This record gives sequence, structure tokens and C-alpha cells, in this order.
Amino acid sequence: MINRLLRQTRLAASIMAGLALTATAPLANPFEPYEETTIVVSWPALAHFTAAETLVEEFTKETGIEVEIDALQYLKLRDRQLLEMSKPEGEYDVVSWVVMWKGEYVSKGLLTPLSQFFTSGSLVDPHYDIDDIADAYLQNGGVVGGKKGYMPGKSGALYGVPFGAETSILAYRKDILEENGLSVPATYDELRKLMADLGELGIPAMTSRGKTGHQVTAGWLLHLAPLGGKIFDDEWNPVVNSPEAVEAAQVMREIAQTGPTGIQTFGFGEASAAFLQGDAALYLDTLKIAAMSRNPKLSKVDGKVGFALHPVGSRCGSETGGFAAGIPANSQNKEAAFLFLQYITSKAGDQRMVELGGDPVRISTLLNNADMFDDYPVVAEQLPCADPDWRPLIPEWNELNVDVLGQALTQVITTDDPIQPIMDEANEKIRAIMEREGYYKWADYRAQQ
Amino acid sequence: MVDASSEDTVTTARPKFQARLLTPYFFILPAVMVMICGLVYPILDAFYLSFYDWKIGTPIEKAPYSGLAHYARMIRDPDVLESIWVTLRFGFWTITIEMVLGVGLALLLEKPIRGASIFRTIFILPLMVSPVVVGLIWRYLFDARIGWINHYISQLGFERQVWLGDAELAFFAIVFTDIWQWTPFIFIIVIAGLQALPSEVLEASKIDGANWWQNIFFVKLPMIRSILVIALLMRLIDVFRALEVMYILTGGGPGRATELLSLHIYNRAFDTQQLGYASAISVLLILLVFGLSLGILVVGNPFKEKSDI
Repeated sequence: MINRLLRQTRLAASIMAGLALTATAPLANPFEPYEETTIVVSWPALAHFTAAETLVEEFTKETGIEVEIDALQYLKLRDRQLLEMSKPEGEYDVVSWVVMWKGEYVSKGLLTPLSQFFTSGSLVDPHYDIDDIADAYLQNGGVVGGKKGYMPGKSGALYGVPFGAETSILAYRKDILEENGLSVPATYDELRKLMADLGELGIPAMTSRGKTGHQVTAGWLLHLAPLGGKIFDDEWNPVVNSPEAVEAAQVMREIAQTGPTGIQTFGFGEASAAFLQGDAALYLDTLKIAAMSRNPKLSKVDGKVGFALHPVGSRCGSETGGFAAGIPANSQNKEAAFLFLQYITSKAGDQRMVELGGDPVRISTLLNNADMFDDYPVVAEQLPCADPDWRPLIPEWNELNVDVLGQALTQVITTDDPIQPIMDEANEKIRAIMEREGYYKWADYRAQQ
Repeated sequence: MVDASSEDTVTTARPKFQARLLTPYFFILPAVMVMICGLVYPILDAFYLSFYDWKIGTPIEKAPYSGLAHYARMIRDPDVLESIWVTLRFGFWTITIEMVLGVGLALLLEKPIRGASIFRTIFILPLMVSPVVVGLIWRYLFDARIGWINHYISQLGFERQVWLGDAELAFFAIVFTDIWQWTPFIFIIVIAGLQALPSEVLEASKIDGANWWQNIFFVKLPMIRSILVIALLMRLIDVFRALEVMYILTGGGPGRATELLSLHIYNRAFDTQQLGYASAISVLLILLVFGLSLGILVVGNPFKEKSDI
């Protein structure tokens, strides 16, 4: 009797367990509804993203979601993405943008706010921990709104998550500085003296971007923030002719005069190649140089490179830049796209990127791997200085960046003309563009009251 | 009284006559449709767009109407005027040198000398390379740090130059690259024309005592004048269309030193998102090319050449 009861109980328990398993099976795998979905990702053809291709394959293997990658030269992404995102049904499900384009994309209604996914219990991994992502990266690449439309603030909304984000650090050739009894610069005065000293020794000092347009402006911006300059004051008045901005332009001229031959034609690739091939002693730009210097396919200087904080001028202020990724408003596979974004920027994904030779975006990843790479402690220390107002991430920025500043700064580094008049003219051109775009309407209106 | 049979003949003959009249139009209709879709429509669309402020990524229906504002701005815009000046300078130097070199080489290689066919093949190789590849090849050759040109001139004891980072040198670089690629085009056209010349005329000039120079300048070149005018016209149009090589080689820089009008339009349209303004400059470009081409056709008039001989 007891045996029979036990048998019946076991049978009932088995049936219940079976039913429970059957009932919960579809919920056990959050990726299951999206298996065999194909998403298309638009991102740049840069080292970090090439490294991420292995992570993408692992994502497909784990989730069953197929991923097609459309990789383009990074400054060509915008044209293609704008065209695709303008269609009623676009080809892209995930787009990776240079942070300076986020304002334009959002103002044109081309991106999906990520809040709708972060409020979905079936999509969000409870262990994702968005607070662990470096605040400077998240604010700079992903948040639109807030003060001025691109600064941290209560009106901000999340449109993207950083992936391939960066700040700036100083990379230097340990062997060259040691052989010549030179020390690592901590301030801009020391940096400028070091460049002059290296120049006198006949050693190309610092490499930099200097090609007309976006590249030369990016080079100049690296010095503008620490020297205390800005593009606009709080009332959108341009201040690129301020003493600080002129001093930053003077630093650019000194870099072109003491650096490797051809800075005037260098984009990001050429500038970093000059350092990696041993043609420059200093590199002051994105932290991506660290991973690149360890890559034997790219670098001849592995083991000879030291890292230090971005030198300080009147304040500490390093770059906030690189890339963030989000979901176009016209994507047809938004949930699968979100799962992809979540996967590659998760704690595990971030750690995997480090193993694959990419750059992390999470503080925990930086700290957990601080013993492995010399640059990680430097980056962790640099991040609090990353300036969210490093450049104005407004829709008009591309025009100011390429058409005005990109021209003026070319004149600075290719001629001996006095710098102040060049920057005065650029300032007036910027004011005219801002006037055209209606930035002073409120000021004019208030003045009439 | 009208004969019934003749009336029938008239009524059947009329449709046949009309059909015969319409047949040629029917045959050229596909070509006309292609022309309208591929040529006329884009030009009209650019003209239409030049009256609006449209940015990619926004609905075109909501683009604000700007009237003639873009045209008014264009004629006062120093950047547009500078790019026109750069284009005209570029066109003058490239077309002049290409015509002289192309005609000269064709005259040298028209005769059946040993190895002429090998030379001819080598000369036309650059023409077969895509402009994007041409841009990349010369970008690396002119590269200040790793380029072969700087490598060899430094071996000879000269100072390394920033070829693409100095306004004058960069302009020289784009002119040189264009000459390298397009001289073979002139060469091919001219040599084909020279080889088609009637031998009786050339023999007659020899019998009349014309020397080599007189033979070239008073017989051969006048006889291929129509070909030279057509070649000149095609190169002129190409100069105003040139974009890819400059885009890759210099990007228009340093500053605007190598920014041809076509590249300026591209940069306005895509870098600064001023598609309406870029369209207005495109209309100017079309008018410029049309005016200059018309000038060449009127002065050169290649179509009346036969009657002149």
C-alpha cells in the first residue's frame, strides 16, 4: 500500500516536473524568439571592431541570431547611415556612430530610444549593470538631451551604448626618453619643452592628425580642453579666438614643426602608423593606441611604449570620443538588435573584447585587468578628467568641424601666418552659421523685451 | 465622281504613310526614355532641389522653400569662386599638357617602328586603371613619410617634401596624376585618326616637297582637326566631372588648394548637409560646362571639317 502510494507520488511528481519544464521551456532562453533572425550592423573598419568580429560569431553561436556586418571607413559611415535610416524600412538594425553625430541623428528622429528595451523584463539581462559602464562614455556617446542637448542633465535620454568609446592618454617611447635623459611630461609646458628638445635632437617629436577638415580639428581639440578653451560659451557665442584657443592652435603648429614629416596630411590612420612604425616619440590621442601598439601586425614598438595621463594645462581635460551604437527607428528587428547590443557591451562581452585586443567600456573590466596592461590604470585615472564638453555634439557640428575650423587650422599648420586673425575669421564664420540655424533667436527675443 | 477603288487606295495608303513616318521615332523611343530618366530627370531634380533647404534624413516634403537664396549666396561665396578658379587652373594645365604630350606621342609612334605596339600598350595602361585605384597608387607614392618619391629624392640628396600637405605641391600632384592617367586617352584618339588618314594626301604633300614639320603642321594636324576638337571637348567635360582621384589623393586640401568644383559640391552636400545649396552649385557647374563646350564647338566646329578639306 505504502509502495503504491509512493509510486503514485513519484509519478505525480514526475508529471508535475515534466509539466513545469514544458511550461517554462520557452521562457528559459530569451534569445529563442529571435533565433534565425538576421540583423545587419553598420560599424567602422577599425581595429577594435575587427577584433569584435570573433565576439559576433560567438553571439550567433550562442543565440542563433545571424549578424551581417557592413564595415566602412569611419568617416564614411554617416552618409551611408543617414541614407539608410531615412528610408521607411532601412537595411540596418544596429548603427555605430562617431559620438559627434548623435545629436544630428536624434534631432532627425532616426534613432530608437533605448528606454523601451530597458523596461522589458524579457529582454534585459538583470546582470547587465549599466552603471558599470564609464559615465563619460555613456553620457558622451549615448545620451541626448541635458544641458545644451549633449551634456549630462535631467532631460537626457539614452539612445545608444558605448562600444569602441575612448578618451585620450599620452603614449611615449620609453627607450627614446631614457636614452636622451628626458622625462615624461605632466603639464603642457613640459610637453612643449619636450617637443622642442626632441626637435633639437633631430628626433621627430609628436605625431598628430593634421589633414584638412575633421582630422586637423580633432588634433586641435585635444589641446583646447586642457588649455582651458571651448568652442562656445554658455550663450552659444563662439570663442574659438580666445587666448586659450589660439594657444591650442600654436601647440598644433609646434607639433607640425617638430613632428614627423607629413603631419599636414595625416588622418587617424597615418598619425597612429607614424608612432607604431617608430617614426615619432610621442602620441597624444585616443587610448586605442595602446591595444594597437601590442598588435604585432600593426606595431614595431611593442614593449617600448609607456603610457601617462594627458598632460594638464590650466585644467585637466581629456577627449571624450569614439563610438556608440544604437538602433535605427526604421529597423525591422529592434528586439534582436537590442539583444546584440546588450551582449557585446555586457560584462562578459567587455572582458572578451579585452581578450580579443579591443578596448573596454566598463570600469570593472579596466580594474580587473589592470595588472595585465600598463595603460588600463592610466585610463581608469584619466576617465574622471574626460571632458563631456570637449566638443559641441550639436547637429551643426560637422559643418563647423569640417568647413570652418578644418580650414582655419590647416592654415595654421601649413603657413606662418599670425594665428589670431585666422581664428578671428573662423569665429565670425561660426557665428554666421549659428545665426543661420537660429541659435540666437531667444537672445534676440529677450533683448527686445 | 470619285472612283471607289482609288478611294480605298487613299484610305489604306494614309495609315501606311503615317506608320512609315512614325517608325523612326518608335525605334529611338527607348534611347529617348533612357536619356530622360538618366539625364534630364536628375538635372531637373537638382534644379528643383536648388530652391529648397533639404538635409538628408529629414522628409523632403517638409524642406523649407528658399527661393533664389542659394543662387544669391553662391555668387558671393568666396569658397565657390575659389573652387571654380582651382578647376579652371587645373583644366588649363592638364588639358594643355595632355594634348601636347598625347599628340606628340601619337606622331612618334604612328609609324611602324620596332616595338611600337609594345609602347602603345604600355602607354594606354593608366587608362585602364579605375580612378579610385589611381588615387590610392599616387597617394602612397606621394606620401611624405613612406612614399617612394620622397625615398628616391632623399637618396639623391634632396630634402623630403610634404607633397600632399603643401598648397602648391598638392596642386602639382593632382595635375601630374591627371596627366599620367589621361594623356593615353588623347594618344589613342589621335593615333587612330592619324592611321586613318588617306595615304594619297600624305604622298602628294611629300611630292610637293613638304618636310617633316610642314607635313605635320600643314597636312596631318589640320586633317585630324575634328578629332582634336572632340578630344579637347571630352577632356574639358572630364575636368569638370573629376572627383574620385582628388577625393582620395588630397580630399581637396590642404585648405581648398585642390578642391575642384565637383569636390566642393560633394563636400557641401554630404559633409555639411546643404543639399539645396550643393544643387544650386551643380546647376552652375552644368551651365559652365555647357558654355565652355559650346564655345569650343563654335570655334572648332568639328562637324564642318569635311567640307574644309
